[in-house]
Amino acid sequence: MRLLRSVARLREIPVAVALVLLVALTAAMNPRFLTAQSVKDLMLNATIIMILAAGQSLVVITRNIDLSVGSILGISGFLTGTLFATVPGIPIPVVFLAGIVVGALLGLVNGLLVTAAGVPALVITLGTLYIYRGINNAWAGGKEYFSGDRPRAFGDLSVDTLLGIPIITLIAVVVIAILAVALGFTRRGRDLYAIGSDPEAARLFGIPVGRRVFTAFVLNGMLAGLAGVLYASRFSSVGATTGTGMELDVVAAAVVGGVAIFGGSGTVVGAAIGALLLTTITSSLTALRVDKFWQQAVVGVLILTAIIVDRIASVRTARRLRMSEARND
Amino acid sequence: MQEPADGGQPVLELRGAVKTFGPVTALGDGTIGLRAGEIHALVGENGAGKSTLVKILAGVHQPDAGRFRVGGQDVVFRSVADSKHAGISVIYQEPTLFPDLTVAENIFIGRQPRGALGLIDRSRMRREAAELFGRLGVSIDPARQAEGLSIADQQIIEIAKAISLEARVLVMDEPTAALSGAEVDRLFAVARGLRDGGAAILFISHRFEEVFALTDRITVMRDGRYVSTHDTAATDVDEIVKEMVGRSIDALFPKTPAPIGDPVLEVRGLSRAGVFRDIDLVVRAGEIVGLSGLVGAGRTEVARAVFGIDRYDEGEVVVRGTPLPPGDPRRAIAARIGFVPEDRRAQGLVLELSVVRNIALTLRDALARLGVIPARREENTAVDWARRLRVKAGSPWIAASTLSGGNQQKVVLAKWLATDPVLLIVDEPTRGIDVGTKSEVHRLLSDLAGRGIAILMISSELPEILGMSDRVYVMSEGRITAELDRADATSEAVMRAATASKETRR
Repeated sequence: MRLLRSVARLREIPVAVALVLLVALTAAMNPRFLTAQSVKDLMLNATIIMILAAGQSLVVITRNIDLSVGSILGISGFLTGTLFATVPGIPIPVVFLAGIVVGALLGLVNGLLVTAAGVPALVITLGTLYIYRGINNAWAGGKEYFSGDRPRAFGDLSVDTLLGIPIITLIAVVVIAILAVALGFTRRGRDLYAIGSDPEAARLFGIPVGRRVFTAFVLNGMLAGLAGVLYASRFSSVGATTGTGMELDVVAAAVVGGVAIFGGSGTVVGAAIGALLLTTITSSLTALRVDKFWQQAVVGVLILTAIIVDRIASVRTARRLRMSEARND
Repeated sequence: MQEPADGGQPVLELRGAVKTFGPVTALGDGTIGLRAGEIHALVGENGAGKSTLVKILAGVHQPDAGRFRVGGQDVVFRSVADSKHAGISVIYQEPTLFPDLTVAENIFIGRQPRGALGLIDRSRMRREAAELFGRLGVSIDPARQAEGLSIADQQIIEIAKAISLEARVLVMDEPTAALSGAEVDRLFAVARGLRDGGAAILFISHRFEEVFALTDRITVMRDGRYVSTHDTAATDVDEIVKEMVGRSIDALFPKTPAPIGDPVLEVRGLSRAGVFRDIDLVVRAGEIVGLSGLVGAGRTEVARAVFGIDRYDEGEVVVRGTPLPPGDPRRAIAARIGFVPEDRRAQGLVLELSVVRNIALTLRDALARLGVIPARREENTAVDWARRLRVKAGSPWIAASTLSGGNQQKVVLAKWLATDPVLLIVDEPTRGIDVGTKSEVHRLLSDLAGRGIAILMISSELPEILGMSDRVYVMSEGRITAELDRADATSEAVMRAATASKETRR
């Protein structure tokens, strides 16, 4: 009973339920929605945004935000294309490592600026969004690298499946699982929640707030870097504009997945499910032949619904607690 | 000056600590000695330096001079963590918990018990939290979120944390200010238990009953300096108050008779479902009318409805013969009503703004020329009022947040007086204000009445009600249960009406 109640209280539940309903509803109206191929496509489409949303939630939980992830993904993606095209025979793991390291460096710059300058992360990362994109533009110019420039084994990561799940999706799931454990069950992970819950109190507690926030930005950068490599595997071309505008989808996914935008609560699993839900909605609206313009509005409604549901839930909790206290008096 | 009486090696000893902030000396001689197994009171007016002393003990401030020893060793704290490490825990009036984390996690954050693979063992953490609560004799669910906990429970959680840190010294900074009677009893039981277990407790409070009921020794501070330390059993309230203020207690409540004029505020049949019913009251020019009652009787709610912050279902509010439309504070201000709320930090002041800006807030329309407020006009008006009310601030442009509670209250009063009100509603005007400034606020209210302003004063302090009011209304459970003239208003009569329940009401 107690277990049941604590499961019901999980923040991931509403979004997970919404996802299941959506899939069931769409499948009922269009049976082709659930064929093996379209499920696989769905997972492939969701993979990259899932990783980004999980990374973003690390930052958002600390009451910060990172808007530069789309640009980081762009640089890492273009780097991947460049490495394969200019260094023949380069081992695939080395390319992964390179993408992650570049992402880490860019995240490190974000982290340094946010923790040292004392300026809201929204402003800092809005700045680095354009700076990183500028670097990407200057570097790539008009150049694009296509999947033909890359080894077949690399592209196969997005084609081959294990138990029906594409390899890159499996990579994402493993990464998210590791993050979930780190965030939920390590002291440093819990520190992030404390910081987002009340930064001043966290400082008074002797939690190294700056160092933890810095780490969150670096980790998020690494994940965006990883996402960039996977992007190059999944999509045919990488160039100057790769990943443009992705940051808003990522933040939306995290919020829909129950990550509170003012920090302190939410999980990476929730954020990942949020990403899956947003991707699924787009696919199912397409499957149901809904106009593309309306699809965006639906996403907007979903974000607002998530926020309102969350707000109502917390108001109710507060009222319930007040009532039970009044009874105790 | 008396030295602290000798009685074994103190666990914590601070001697001659000095702390200055720029030109201001917050602490001139911070001296305190705490023994194991005692509850030690620290008393003094606001601004006496208690908070600064506490912050030195907590490692928030570093003293500029003086000797600081813990467990017989000289110590220098560079951070809160250093202080905690030395076994000192501070429980603040309003603890800072992490609302999103569970109760257990709030206790163990940063040092959660770990099991396999170095991962946090949540069930063990909950079990240990439950054990701590068991030792304290309280029941709080360790698995619930901290959000929504009462302040009393939050304090207990802080104490549980202190115990789990094996603190030797517990500093409680005005812990009872926001607690109900039963909660105070529980806190005291916990404190006594800890004392008997050998902890040293420093207890800071404005309430003398509590100080005398709970503590073993009392240290008095005044103007940033150590005054004396007494065995609680060997002293009394009069002596302590005299040492705190350097004057006698009779100086309180100086309401002087003033000619009473025409009714300024008439409230007729005011009702709001579930909050208050059939409220009739009159306040005349030059009159101070007390609105008494227990906390939760609906006094503040009536005041808010009169001023238009909240709506009401029935009845009317008439100011100088003209009905005041409901639900619009701007109309109330236009009708020259001033409202000094109970929670001045949250509702009466914009803490980040300067003293000048705060005072000028209600004057924006009067001061503005073509929609722009000339800084010079603003400053002149505000500085004038600050001087008349004797606001003690380093500069009129200093942020209101840096002032003491009493001076903040004066700024709120100045803000309203600058609008030239005919009626002032003051809600708990001296709550959290030290004895000296308290009587200044009282003198001020009395002066204002003498100049023909009608004053409706809500207060939970009986002596304040009885000393200041020309007439007293008493509320209980949302109704007015008594109207008493100054001559008839005794503590017994007020208390009887305040506790009148539905059955016994006339």
